[in-house]
Amino acid sequence: MAQRQSFQIGTGLFILLGFAALGYLATQTTSLANYRQGDSYAIKARFTNIGQLKLRAPVKIAGVRVGSVGSIVLEPDKLDALVTLSIDKRYDKIPDDSAAAVFTSGLLGDQYVALQPGGSPDNFKNGDEIVLTQSSMQLEELIGKYLVGGDAGKTGDKAGAKPDAQSGEKSGKQPTE
Amino acid sequence: MSIVRKPPSRLADSLAQIGACGIFLFRILGAVPLSLRYLRETVRQVYFVGAMSLVIIMTCGLFVGMVLGLQLYHTLSIFGGTAALGTVVALSLYRELGPVVTALLFAGRAGTSITAEIGLMRATDQLDAMEMMAVDPLAYVVAPRFLAGIIAMPLLACVFNALGILGAHLVGVVWLGLDNGTFWSNMTSSVDVWSDVMTGVWKSLAFGAVCTLIATFQGYTTPPTSEGVAYATTRTVVFSSIATLAIDFVMTAFLM
Amino acid sequence: MSASANPRVSHDDVTVRDPLIRIRGLRTALNGKTIFEGVDLDIPRGRITAIMGPSGTGKTTLMRHITGQLAPDAGEIVVDGANVARIGRDALFGLREKIGYLFQNSALLTDYSVFENVAFPLRQHLKLPEELLRNIVLTKLQAVGLRGAANLMPSELSGGMMRRVALARAIVRDPMLIIYDEPFVGLDPIALNQILKLIRTLNQTLGITSILVAHELAAVRRIADSIYLLAGGKIAAHGAPDELARGETPWTRQFFSGEADGPVPFHYPAPDYAVQLGLAGAAP
Repeated sequence: MAQRQSFQIGTGLFILLGFAALGYLATQTTSLANYRQGDSYAIKARFTNIGQLKLRAPVKIAGVRVGSVGSIVLEPDKLDALVTLSIDKRYDKIPDDSAAAVFTSGLLGDQYVALQPGGSPDNFKNGDEIVLTQSSMQLEELIGKYLVGGDAGKTGDKAGAKPDAQSGEKSGKQPTE
Repeated sequence: MSIVRKPPSRLADSLAQIGACGIFLFRILGAVPLSLRYLRETVRQVYFVGAMSLVIIMTCGLFVGMVLGLQLYHTLSIFGGTAALGTVVALSLYRELGPVVTALLFAGRAGTSITAEIGLMRATDQLDAMEMMAVDPLAYVVAPRFLAGIIAMPLLACVFNALGILGAHLVGVVWLGLDNGTFWSNMTSSVDVWSDVMTGVWKSLAFGAVCTLIATFQGYTTPPTSEGVAYATTRTVVFSSIATLAIDFVMTAFLM
Repeated sequence: MSASANPRVSHDDVTVRDPLIRIRGLRTALNGKTIFEGVDLDIPRGRITAIMGPSGTGKTTLMRHITGQLAPDAGEIVVDGANVARIGRDALFGLREKIGYLFQNSALLTDYSVFENVAFPLRQHLKLPEELLRNIVLTKLQAVGLRGAANLMPSELSGGMMRRVALARAIVRDPMLIIYDEPFVGLDPIALNQILKLIRTLNQTLGITSILVAHELAAVRRIADSIYLLAGGKIAAHGAPDELARGETPWTRQFFSGEADGPVPFHYPAPDYAVQLGLAGAAP
């Protein structure tokens, strides 16, 4: 009988370990890891070009993940991309004049949405829309413009925008000015 | 005499083997409801084919992950894309290497022991003795091993994958200095539960069924001699490996 | 079971008129080789019947017919009123539960201890309380003198001990019929005597019908009530052991005195010896 018991315990442990591994793989190494935040609220942002932005791509403030991309649709009349950002409820003090930009992590990495906090005393609420947006930088476009040279202007500003802190601010303001 | 007679050297023989194997599958499936009475036997077999394979699976998983980490790190660094290391390792493990290598190891470790065990039971009349004691050997011996293979294989593949990820993390992050956060966040943002992790699980379910089917079939139909058992064991490994890779291709084509 | 109620000593007409096994017109060919061509055979209840014959005459095949493991090409095999080739799987398994089979190489389950081997048929078919099961198993092991070996594994036993364990397993459910397939092969004289005594005791005390497949005449003579001599796919001789041992037919004479020349050829069919050796003058 003792023999049988040990088989059953061994089998039980094995199955437990197997499922633990599956659970680990499924929740810690996949996009499920990004769903972990419980409640979230949605804010919208319009981009003329989102590049390779994908569903569930991260939304970051100062490089810290605060939410993910909930949906991406094309606005039929304006023909620009309407992106819904699901922001974790914990981060409910985001000024409502913050700017959104599509950035690339690294040279070849995935794209994400970066939020640049503004100075407004009011905060975003569920369903609000971000007014200040900056589209994805297209590598090809940038290269093309550099090759053409000279006429730096706005695009030069963007192209040089590697440290995203200042450039995001500048470029975020450009459309309004 | 039997060694010379047995190998399926001709096409017709091979086809006959495949056909017999298919019929055997249906006989097993028919015996599965009956084998639920011997649930304890299935539990025991999960222990033998699953828990006893853990050491080899874990060791190999770790090494495969480390090799992947090392190889891909150097390849990716050419393109300045080492940030994608976690993603590439995870995807190649989950979708292909995990299920396939686990199945190959399983065929070598558990498959051969199933074949040898059933073959020896055949050679020493144990299967006939069961029949004489009014116990169906298909339900008591074969079906529990078949079920155990189907249960154990996906779990083993998951363990293999988990160890592989840890191995790649060890090499990429701990040794080669890749940023820990980059490693994980890139992985989590590009790996999907259903299209990647579960694809691997479906595959290993199929591999588990095929490998144990071949192992039990070879054991059950082996000529009751020592050469017969030895030859059947070899065939188990060869046929399981071929079947695994062939089915992998078909399933990849369908699941993509 | 039903047969166990029969006292062994009985009037011949009763056992002969209602045999436990009746085989009529049995014909079988395996892989193109004819094994049986018209075998008629009766196994009376409560007796020890020996089936003897040269190697390869299909003694084991005959047993496989009786237990329904192999269907004959023609003929009928009726065991305890049921035609084994016709009855369904459940009925066949039900019949087998009443038959104990002692395999030539014991066929103990290597994964289980001696105790669990003997307990196996009980565990599979009856839901007995553990206490009762233990008592039954130990009783049977005591009968074969291996109660002390209950916790050993089969691999730790000698051939003779394994056969005794297999015997305990075969009788654990008090069958109506026990088939002994070559029980004397490879036993030393001591173990042989023990097995002989066991077979006789089981038959005499429990009235279990026994079929003894063997070719050791000396051993068989001591316990068998009657002998069937199987040769050339037919029953070559049938009768009481002493009667057959007198060797009145060519078959019995050759078989029991072990002569090379007789109805059973010692030489496998071959072309002419001289021709094959290429001796000059031998060619026609």
